[in-house]
Amino acid sequence: MSSADTIRRPFRWHILVFLAPAILVYTAFMIVPLAGTLQFSLFRSIDRVQTFVGLDNFRTLFGDPRWSAGFWNALWNNCWFFIVHMLVQNPVGILLAALLSSPKLRFAALYRTAIFIPTILSFVIVGFVWKLILSPLWGIAPWLMSSVGLRGWFAPWLGKEEHALTALSLISVWQFVGIPMMLIYAALLSIPDEVIEAAECDGITGMAQFWKIKLPLILPSIGIISILTFVGNFNAFDLIYTAQGALAGPNFSTDILGTFLYRAFFGFQLQLGDPNMGATIATMMFFIILAGVCVYLFAIQTRLRRYQF
Amino acid sequence: MSRATSSPLRSTAAHAVLIAYTIIALFPVLLIVMNSFKARNAIFRSPLSPPTPDTYDPVGYTTVMAQGDFLLYFQNSLIVTVGSLFFVILFGAMAAFALSEYRFRGNSLTGLYLALGIMIPIRLGTVAILQMMVASGLVNTLTALVLVYTAQGLPLCVFILSEFMKTVSDDLKNAGRIDGLSEYRIFFRLVLPLVRPAMATVAVFTMIPIWNDLWFPLILAPSEGTKTVTLGAQIFIGQFVTNWNAVLAALSLAILPVLILYLVFSRQLIRGITSGAVK
Repeated sequence: MSSADTIRRPFRWHILVFLAPAILVYTAFMIVPLAGTLQFSLFRSIDRVQTFVGLDNFRTLFGDPRWSAGFWNALWNNCWFFIVHMLVQNPVGILLAALLSSPKLRFAALYRTAIFIPTILSFVIVGFVWKLILSPLWGIAPWLMSSVGLRGWFAPWLGKEEHALTALSLISVWQFVGIPMMLIYAALLSIPDEVIEAAECDGITGMAQFWKIKLPLILPSIGIISILTFVGNFNAFDLIYTAQGALAGPNFSTDILGTFLYRAFFGFQLQLGDPNMGATIATMMFFIILAGVCVYLFAIQTRLRRYQF
Repeated sequence: MSRATSSPLRSTAAHAVLIAYTIIALFPVLLIVMNSFKARNAIFRSPLSPPTPDTYDPVGYTTVMAQGDFLLYFQNSLIVTVGSLFFVILFGAMAAFALSEYRFRGNSLTGLYLALGIMIPIRLGTVAILQMMVASGLVNTLTALVLVYTAQGLPLCVFILSEFMKTVSDDLKNAGRIDGLSEYRIFFRLVLPLVRPAMATVAVFTMIPIWNDLWFPLILAPSEGTKTVTLGAQIFIGQFVTNWNAVLAALSLAILPVLILYLVFSRQLIRGITSGAVK
């Protein structure tokens, strides 16, 4: 114990002043509502009175075929949405970052700025733009495909049950590839020159250098990107809503947890809104995201080797 | 760097891939902006050609201006984004300073508590947030949005800024203390100006999701007077699906402001990312 601790210091008010606004706003509008959601999922409105029903809502969600079918469908679609992102978005992001960070590349700033532009666009724009491009009516996509001799491969992807979700996932990949690109780019730039030079002295260059030297060094960043992708994907709603509407058509084939929650909470067309069921679904999403984050923190992050220079 | 990494073949290949991807990234945006200036039949006949004097027709923009109240939507979006940004940066920087500068009981616990919000999306609390806003009469006000977005932006802001503030030299702060500056002045006069690049990074990361958000405006403030641009464009598109001129013009108008802001900030953004906590 240092002597500073034994002498009782006057209460340092400034610490409280610095912390109070952030903690107050954060607690009031984030933590309390999240706790409220958890609590709300245990209640049900019976004769307009909120009554405690224990885990009944969860029983309905998993037991009632009308709810459980929708939930499992949304969960599986959401997993597929995530898988496409992991398989396409992150490798493409890493590739672009690796190319951008190669030394003496001209116009690097220009490419970087341009490739990041889709990320700053709102979902409303992205959803609608791609709907227009892929629409058989306007004919941009069929025209482009026939110009490379693939006319026969064109299909109204967004309207077909078996393709719609993949098409939307790829649109989302198009939009967000800038984020892994930027973060990996920053990680690559922070690798010290000495390490690269040492590798070159040992004759490791080009592709081998990337796989053997750079990739292991940026693994922690890839881990962070994966978990950010996971949280983002299981929280996604806007793109599906703007492109396919709250019904996540065709025939719910693009329904993910976010749209499922929206319909349960607010109701849509023939379905009546039920805040308690909405809270139940939100609680399930909370646990799914929490589980994913825990897997990352305890199973993956602890095994990643960090190198310090 | 050595010759091995910059052979002409390799760099040509790199340029080819990057140019190809740049085209993929920009093509949809260009397509929309280009066609928004064309007459209706030109949009359909030759969607890929830029507007010429023959095909130029701003009818889409006049429709948008006449129908949707876009100026008001812009104003709302601006108020909400700038307001939230201000509070996120101010409160976030203050909390980050307290966490990185002082040792006190519960320091790391407070840090962890604030970091929780990075992982758990605020959307899951929507049900309770809406009830709270209804109870306090804040539904359909911009205040509701500002409060929610401030809470949403704080965790990341505190996380990034506290990493940066750890790098501000102690000697400088102690010199200030010896000169009799109060802790508040040390924060506002010495520390804040030094972490400006980091604040720009946080500003971009905070601003984009707020400007583009559809969920909270849709739920908390869908009334005519409080619509944001994103929500306004979404509803406008829904009503004018078949009026392609108007739809394309509305989309272009929604793209422009963010694009300009991004281009202004992008230099700072790169500097912040490459020298900071995000890596």
